[in-house]
Amino acid sequence: MIASLAFYLFSGILLASAAMVVSSRNPVHAVLFLILAFFNAAALFLLAGAEFLAMTLVIVYVGAVAVLFLFVVMMLDVNFVQLREGFQRYLPVGATIGVVLLGELVMVLGGWRIAPGSDALRFAPMDAALDNTRQIGQILYTDYILLFQASGLILLVAMIGAIVLTLRDRKTSRHQNVATQIARTPADTLVLVDVVRGAGVPVDHYLRPKVTEAKPVAPADSHGGHH
Amino acid sequence: MLPVPLGHYLTVSAILLVLGIFGIFLNRKNVIVILMSVELMLLAVNLNLVAFSAALNDLAGQILAMFVLTVAAAEAAIGLAIVVVYFRNRGSIEVEDVTMMKG
Repeated sequence: MIASLAFYLFSGILLASAAMVVSSRNPVHAVLFLILAFFNAAALFLLAGAEFLAMTLVIVYVGAVAVLFLFVVMMLDVNFVQLREGFQRYLPVGATIGVVLLGELVMVLGGWRIAPGSDALRFAPMDAALDNTRQIGQILYTDYILLFQASGLILLVAMIGAIVLTLRDRKTSRHQNVATQIARTPADTLVLVDVVRGAGVPVDHYLRPKVTEAKPVAPADSHGGHH
Repeated sequence: MLPVPLGHYLTVSAILLVLGIFGIFLNRKNVIVILMSVELMLLAVNLNLVAFSAALNDLAGQILAMFVLTVAAAEAAIGLAIVVVYFRNRGSIEVEDVTMMKG
């Protein structure tokens, strides 16, 4: 009873915050409502017994994806008011397509039932004696090991892709020039001064590195064409 | 296993999917909100998978939901990187400005 009430509460908040995501005037608010939607979806997962996925959803979506969205929204200096032009114009066609699609889905839901022999077709039947995380671990690293590795590869490719896309060679950045460092000799940096007893050292003869004229930063192609 | 009949879960996720599609049409110009709508649609898919997994006592649905989660995270990262590069080049993120490859 309490569980079903919790289901209705969480799904109500989920749908309301999803509606706010798509209709919010301020994109920062949209991202915050997206985070709320993810939290409530995690609660629905918990109610369905998928504890591991619920925690993964909170960690991956709220902790990483939503924060990434927030960073991008705040970093880009975009005129969001201008982006909302045409909001009213697209409302009718969007609403029409949404209603049609919802009607189709309702028709599917209305005439749908589980096939009688489906119990025999299960890939990985649950074991009530074990908890959710342990069961997932037991099949994820055995039956689904190839898919698991493939998803790791997908994440690697996504990471490399994102870095390659956003990396840029700033003209003002300073690079280490290894050849210059190795070619450096003591004569370039040291001055030996004969000190007269009792006279001290004139101020401009302190041992200090020779001040060379600060060279303009080398053009990007001078340190190899590896970009 | 489920606290409510399976149909309620499916209804919630159907509404969530439609809201995501509605969001794509509503925010035709703003790429970031479109990406968020795609995330909502993938969340609806995950909700469906988890509900069926719990109703049928089959763990494969949760495994698949985890892979969907992985792909969604990768897609968000790449999509936002493209948005950042695009904004750097054009100074705007309007979808209708994406015409540079037009001959």
